[in-house]
Amino acid sequence: MSAPLAVQVVPAAAASRIGKAGFVIGIAIVAVVAAAALFGNALLPADPFTQDLGNRLKPPFWMDGTESAHPLGTDQLGRDYLARLVYGARISLLIGIMTVIASGLIGITLGVLGGFFGGRVDDVVLFAITTRLSIPVVLVALAVVGLLGSGLGLVVATLGLLLWDRFAVVARATTMQVRTLDYVSAAWCAGASTAHILVKEILPNIASHLAVVATLEMALAILLEAALSFLGLGVPPPLPSWGLMIAEGKDYMFFSPWVIMIPGVALFTLVLGINLVGDGLRNLLGTERLR
Amino acid sequence: MSALLDIEDLEVTFGRTAAVRGASLRVEKGETHCLVGESGCGKSVTALAMMNLLARGGHRSARRMTFAGIDLLSLPDRAMARIRGNRMSMIFQEPMTSLNPAYTVGSQMAEVLTRHKGASRAAALDRAVELMGRVGITAPQMRLGQFPHQLSGGLRQRVMIAMALMCDPELLVADEPTTALDVTVQAQILRLLASLKREFGLSILLITHDLGIVARVADRVSVMYAGEVVERAPAAELFRAPQHPYTRGLLSCVPVPGRVRRDRPLGSIPGTVPAIAPGFAGCAFRSRCAHAIEVCEHDIPRRPAGGAHDYLCQLLPRERAEPQPA
Repeated sequence: MSAPLAVQVVPAAAASRIGKAGFVIGIAIVAVVAAAALFGNALLPADPFTQDLGNRLKPPFWMDGTESAHPLGTDQLGRDYLARLVYGARISLLIGIMTVIASGLIGITLGVLGGFFGGRVDDVVLFAITTRLSIPVVLVALAVVGLLGSGLGLVVATLGLLLWDRFAVVARATTMQVRTLDYVSAAWCAGASTAHILVKEILPNIASHLAVVATLEMALAILLEAALSFLGLGVPPPLPSWGLMIAEGKDYMFFSPWVIMIPGVALFTLVLGINLVGDGLRNLLGTERLR
Repeated sequence: MSALLDIEDLEVTFGRTAAVRGASLRVEKGETHCLVGESGCGKSVTALAMMNLLARGGHRSARRMTFAGIDLLSLPDRAMARIRGNRMSMIFQEPMTSLNPAYTVGSQMAEVLTRHKGASRAAALDRAVELMGRVGITAPQMRLGQFPHQLSGGLRQRVMIAMALMCDPELLVADEPTTALDVTVQAQILRLLASLKREFGLSILLITHDLGIVARVADRVSVMYAGEVVERAPAAELFRAPQHPYTRGLLSCVPVPGRVRRDRPLGSIPGTVPAIAPGFAGCAFRSRCAHAIEVCEHDIPRRPAGGAHDYLCQLLPRERAEPQPA
């Protein structure tokens, strides 16, 4: 054999330029929101909870009658809207991440076990998935939160227990594909244990697919939390969740439209950003890694 | 001489299909034993049954199956896992998919040694570098940190071989190790296997359908057909005087410059391997055999043909291969 040539790594997928731009924009959006969530309230002078009834419903900076102390105006109780928005970002991201962790743990475990062992185990997993798919998420979330009261932890637990189905479906299908590949057989032949094969041979090779699912689920969880909060069953006031801000502002939307516009736009932007990241991830590592 | 691997009357069934029907196989210490046959005749299944890695639904039974004196049939799974990759290892047909794309070559190789011998990672990596040098990989230090997709097919197969040798196995099972490689690399890999056999005192069970490979590397050959070993012989003996009509048919399919007449079509065996249900009796080759007679529908005795050569057919031994009837 001749001397090996210097090996060049070829980029995984020839992602289109637009897709790449989307990925970059998505990352930028998520990074900005995350930074705001982490540091925003430390940097802003205003407190998200302090009421000032004399300064109710001040418009934001691009409208007449604005106040320089409140660049995004104030809500119906005179609380600084920018501070609340930034604090809401923390709630939204927290719920998104925690829900993805909880539902990911459940879904990936079930899916990988079902896909790997097949037979009876797979029957049980499939039954669980179909059962879960037949449950209307919002209704159950409403019922649970309505029965047990609202709270951040409960919202996360409820959403985590309800949103694992896509993780399970994807993990199961990709595990079935990877299970039959030669490197898994090679690991068996090298005397690896079942646990080793599951954790070190299967999981790393389906991780890219799961990462894509995770971003989609995170966006979904954030939207669902907003919906629950809007219905008054999510995060309890005075915690400023974006959904709750929209709910509290809906009575004033005809005369002060920004009170629902601002959190609405924020919600839209964050979910769009997360989805763009998901698409970008899929283009980057989606199909290429399995081979 | 005691055999390293001794399989007697191995039966493997998948539901209603009998994949292996009473195959017997002996691999001596330090020999290259070729298992030959066409697709679907049970070669790979035999090897997998030996390692107890049959796909779901597969069931094996045998009168005897020992490896270095260990009874493989009654061995618990955990003990079997300790033998796999340690005392017997396997390399696969498709080097492009038999390395895990998620880890570097070095960590995959080191893994085997740390698992079986409890070696430290540093020691395992040293051994990996040493073995990669032995199997002819240049710049092994650099390869350690590379991922499988950065290597060519030939390099990957060398990595697989080096990985299989990490624990100094006694038996190397190579399932068509060169089928996916181009001819020049194929020759290199075969030469490598032959030299490793000498160097490490390995026994190699080489599964192949390529009689060219058999002629080059085999010490002994077992020809499989429809789940049975129809002929066993030392390699030279098999090529000199093949006895079973199937073996003769196989040999007549191979063009040999100077021996095959160019104006005559190359031999071929009509039909395909039949799927055999349990309870099938008689010679499985009779539907494709030019010499089939009524006797072939009953159990066929194993006939000796001198020395370690025997075959499964009612035809009497003949000294030379006759030209295949047209």
